[in-house]
Amino acid sequence: MASTLPPPRLLPSGDSAVTVEFSRTIDDDANQRVLALDKALVASPIDGITEAVPTYRSLLVHYDPGKIGFDALGEKLLALASQKLPPATKARRWRIPVAYGGEHGIDLEDVAKALNTTPDDIVARHVAGDYKVAMIGFTPGWSYLSGLDKFLHMSRRQNPRVLTPAGTISIGGVQAGIQCLAAPSGWHLLGRTPVRTYQLHRNPTFLTEPGDRVTFYAIDHKTFEELDRAAEAGEIVADQVVA
Amino acid sequence: MSRLVVTSIGPASSVQDGGRHGAQRYGLTVSGAMDRLSLAAANTLVGNGPFAAAVEIGPFGASFTARDGAVRIAISGAPRNADVAGNPIAMDTSVILKDGETLTLGFARGGAFTYLAIEGAIKGEPVFGSLAVNARAGLGSPYPRPLQAGDEFNIDAASGASELRIELPKPVSGPIRVLLGPQDDEFDDANKALFLDSEWKISATSDRMGYRLEGPAIKHLHGHNIVSDGTVNGSIQVPGNGAPIVLMMDRGTSGGYPKIATVITADVGRLAQTSAGTAFRFKAVSMAEAQDEARKFAQLIRSLPDRLRPADTTSLNIEALSDANVAGYAVSAVDAGTWQVAAEP
Repeated sequence: MASTLPPPRLLPSGDSAVTVEFSRTIDDDANQRVLALDKALVASPIDGITEAVPTYRSLLVHYDPGKIGFDALGEKLLALASQKLPPATKARRWRIPVAYGGEHGIDLEDVAKALNTTPDDIVARHVAGDYKVAMIGFTPGWSYLSGLDKFLHMSRRQNPRVLTPAGTISIGGVQAGIQCLAAPSGWHLLGRTPVRTYQLHRNPTFLTEPGDRVTFYAIDHKTFEELDRAAEAGEIVADQVVA
Repeated sequence: MSRLVVTSIGPASSVQDGGRHGAQRYGLTVSGAMDRLSLAAANTLVGNGPFAAAVEIGPFGASFTARDGAVRIAISGAPRNADVAGNPIAMDTSVILKDGETLTLGFARGGAFTYLAIEGAIKGEPVFGSLAVNARAGLGSPYPRPLQAGDEFNIDAASGASELRIELPKPVSGPIRVLLGPQDDEFDDANKALFLDSEWKISATSDRMGYRLEGPAIKHLHGHNIVSDGTVNGSIQVPGNGAPIVLMMDRGTSGGYPKIATVITADVGRLAQTSAGTAFRFKAVSMAEAQDEARKFAQLIRSLPDRLRPADTTSLNIEALSDANVAGYAVSAVDAGTWQVAAEP
């Protein structure tokens, strides 16, 4: 599979970072190669690399140009990226509770209308999805998921909202998301989860990792309140299963 | 233990250090000082490590009062009038604030950010190795938000060290240097030229997240939506309206607009210190030049302790002599601290 993909492009992101781009579009194979290169850099570290940031289609590699130059680093990265993908390891799966609709998912009805169906159908389709954390970015813990039901693909809002609530579960374009902190967003808000993908004084601080699998299940708003209190106290209210 | 109390302060002032590294993969912004060289200079003056936590003071005035003992401080960065108990003090020089005395800083005269470093550094609980304030994520210590009047820091009592000044190289002037990419292929040659050849101004709506630029609209080849990918300090993204935004220390870790170019590491602090409304230009440089400048910049920060001089003597201004090209040989001699020996060829 990897051999059918062209070698990644090395795009300079200034003098201290390089974007290793596997695809220009959202592409599950490309994301797999991104995560494989990310893992390979942990297994065989390159001196001078300070941090790697996986995204849907590229790995951003931060480095110290005092330790390694662009050309030397690029060569090593291309060599690592050309290696055969390691066999898929067992991914963690998170089961994430979501209170859909109402005050927690203010766009659910509009999404149903726009897609010519019922809110229940939207929830059923969202819950049925088998998602993968493709990347985490923008704000702490914001997990971008691939695997959204094609029926639910719809363009983002014309007018992004300046603030959407912590825990928002939303969809935007071909992506689904788990948002941790209150933040601006142009996505459609389907519900809220009490799960904190990022919580400062909890161990672990960050719950999700790129490559993790995710499924959602619906809870009522009363259960949301209970789990929210438990989560606030530091409990991890998502179930972890080995997929 | 002394205290330093914030007696008055404007917006856009917060505790900052070298930033929070290693967790961008979880969406955790780096934050840290907008002008790392000035942070490092102020810290070096009071004996701290270059990227210790200090107060980043925005363009407006501020005042600080020592309580329960004396506090040694130094200020570097955007120039402003400064006095201690009514007596003017110099930038880039350490000074003692006696118990009860107040340091008063005026508005920035050019530039934006001035760093107040305190001997012993600001204390707090680091998260991912940093006390830097990231207000959106509720991070930062001792206050996870911009500073307010009444805030205070617990500070080691001032040591008996003698006062120092620091000789910084003459500030670099000229265009802000950039490396094209990572998505310069999302723009045609005419629009790349428009970006590089135009005069830009920083909009007053800029902040620690991003500097919005005012100038001609830059057009994309294939629209303004790309699949989100990683950002760095100095990434220049071009959103749908064509007005570039330079991403700064509180940037999101990923973004979905094409990035036409990236400000080189050595010039990010210079851009940060460019006042809103001041005209400037960009200039594209090669990777080799950008990396060479990055290494020189790192070396400059490492060399800061060698640039300390006693505050009470008038020694040679090495940079000025060097610029005048009249002291080529003597300069290195003074730098090495071996004037007598080296002066005899």
